[in-house]
Amino acid sequence: MNHWLQKQRYIIDFTISSLLRRKVKNLGLLALYSLIVFILASTMFFTYSIKKEAALILQSSPEIVVQKIVAGRHDLLPVSYLDGIKKIRGVAKVESRLWGYYYDSLVKANYTVLTPPHEVTETPTESKKPVVTREAEAEIKPLFDWHGTKLESGNLIIGNGVARMRELGKDDYMPFRAHDGTILNFKIADVLSAESELVSSDLLMMTEDDFRKLFGIEPQFVTDATVVVKNPSEMGMIALKIKERLIDSRPIIRDEILRTYDSIFNWRGGMMIVIFSAAVLAFVIFAWDKASGLSAGERHEIGILKAIGWETGDVIEMKFWEGAIISLTAFFSGVIFAYIHVFFAGSPVFEPALKGWSSLYPNFKLTPFVNIEQLTTLFFLTVVPYTVATIVPIWRAATIDPDTAMRNTGE
Amino acid sequence: MIELHNVKKVFNAGNPSEFSAINGVNLHIEENKVTVLKGPSGSGKTTLLSIVGCMSRPSAGRVKLKDREITSLPERFLTDIRRSTFGFIFQQPNLIKGISVLENVMLPAYPLGGSRLHLKNKALHSLAELNLTNKATSKVEWLSGGEAQRVSIVRALINDPSIIIADEPTAHLDTKLSYRFMEIIEKFKADGKTVIITSHDPLVYDSTIVDRVVNFRDGQIEDKPA
Repeated sequence: MNHWLQKQRYIIDFTISSLLRRKVKNLGLLALYSLIVFILASTMFFTYSIKKEAALILQSSPEIVVQKIVAGRHDLLPVSYLDGIKKIRGVAKVESRLWGYYYDSLVKANYTVLTPPHEVTETPTESKKPVVTREAEAEIKPLFDWHGTKLESGNLIIGNGVARMRELGKDDYMPFRAHDGTILNFKIADVLSAESELVSSDLLMMTEDDFRKLFGIEPQFVTDATVVVKNPSEMGMIALKIKERLIDSRPIIRDEILRTYDSIFNWRGGMMIVIFSAAVLAFVIFAWDKASGLSAGERHEIGILKAIGWETGDVIEMKFWEGAIISLTAFFSGVIFAYIHVFFAGSPVFEPALKGWSSLYPNFKLTPFVNIEQLTTLFFLTVVPYTVATIVPIWRAATIDPDTAMRNTGE
Repeated sequence: MIELHNVKKVFNAGNPSEFSAINGVNLHIEENKVTVLKGPSGSGKTTLLSIVGCMSRPSAGRVKLKDREITSLPERFLTDIRRSTFGFIFQQPNLIKGISVLENVMLPAYPLGGSRLHLKNKALHSLAELNLTNKATSKVEWLSGGEAQRVSIVRALINDPSIIIADEPTAHLDTKLSYRFMEIIEKFKADGKTVIITSHDPLVYDSTIVDRVVNFRDGQIEDKPA
């Protein structure tokens, strides 16, 4: 056993010095290989973490959202509908919401304008108050936080993306053109916490009165309603009952929103992989050529090694280690760089393609989530084929008679 | 020590380019002697040497090493015999470029997996014997022809072989270095090793340390004495 280990050490040492002999070629290969792993791993880390992050944040979103539909499109919901929903058995709480979009022509960006629910704005005494939380789900991330600032008429709380884009901060003023053309000037009372930027980057929060003034919405209408059910397993059934009672309504359950997010990020991740697949293909061709072709020099070296007493198996082991060293180094450096790129540097390479938030990109740090299954798949798709590709031609080369070393210049 | 019975070697058998390099050679090589296979280029010396050194198999005939039939042994066993019994000195030094002299010398011992310290000391000691201590860490491409030849000799000895096989060892050496080479061969003989050399260099086959010269031509041993 000791001899076997020592032999492997000798062979690995020789393999490393062999690799160093063709430094430029091998370093080029290593760099390209690492880059491919880096791209694939970054996309993987990013997509998986952002999905996980979104799912965690959306865990605290409303269980059911009820909208009114007119001609297949979202319309304002009459406040009177809320009483009808409350009467359905199994419904714990119904809240109205007022929200909309505001296009800022100055920076060519769309903002999401929202009014906070009543019970929060009435008692904003705690230092950090989540908009939507349930006591039983304390570990779940709140949809977004602000620092306990009381929202008053004429005041505004803005998301981090908006603050960044407009270069605004607390106590600055932000003008808006209302639905009737009048200019409304709001004072910024606070900026939302950066932690929830994935969903709050483009957010503006204002009081209900200000919102109605800005968009011209009558007091008997709201944008939609949120429903909390007593038993979460009855969510689907209650949604069905709402639909039956209010024919022109559209209840959306939370799972549907989560599913939508999932498919959006899956699609984006897939798109990235498709874009980079050309690079992957180019690498595969290059690696195959490098790994499977043996130069005359290499064949001569194998002849020498066999002539001085190396077995075919020893030569194959050497080539195996050569493939393993290159592919493992590339795999680990690619994965480590991808980890740093995604979780520490904020994915500068993929940000525009993967996050996509109109022109307002959320600037937030992803919590590292690594899926071992995906990582294993990446390992088997990169390390194993390359290592195998280096060994296969050696089977042919191994049949070289050791006397080719003698015959190089002999008779 | 080594016996060849009616050994034949045919290349590209069955093809229009079929070529017979060895034609029924019978030869007995004695232990602890220096034997020279003498003959012109293309006479089949190197082919015979590669068969003797277990580097290739004969197309027909039998080869015995210390009374053991080795002709039909699987490749793994032949490698084992080659590694433990033979030390090869090629016409070209055949050193592996890009690595150090020391590493080149240690290469034949790697598959045996012995202690690194012991192997290194042994290699350094052998290099010192041929005045190559100061070249141990040099890359082989920086060596002169004579130095490279001596390094290949040290490499041939690293596994303590009992038989040294040298193929045209003086072909690329000047007279002074050729004499130096023959001195080394004398030392091998004094150490009890068997030496087989192919050469058409008079400095080799006329040397006093050579015990027997076998004349070789057209793949056959010539009857007339050397």
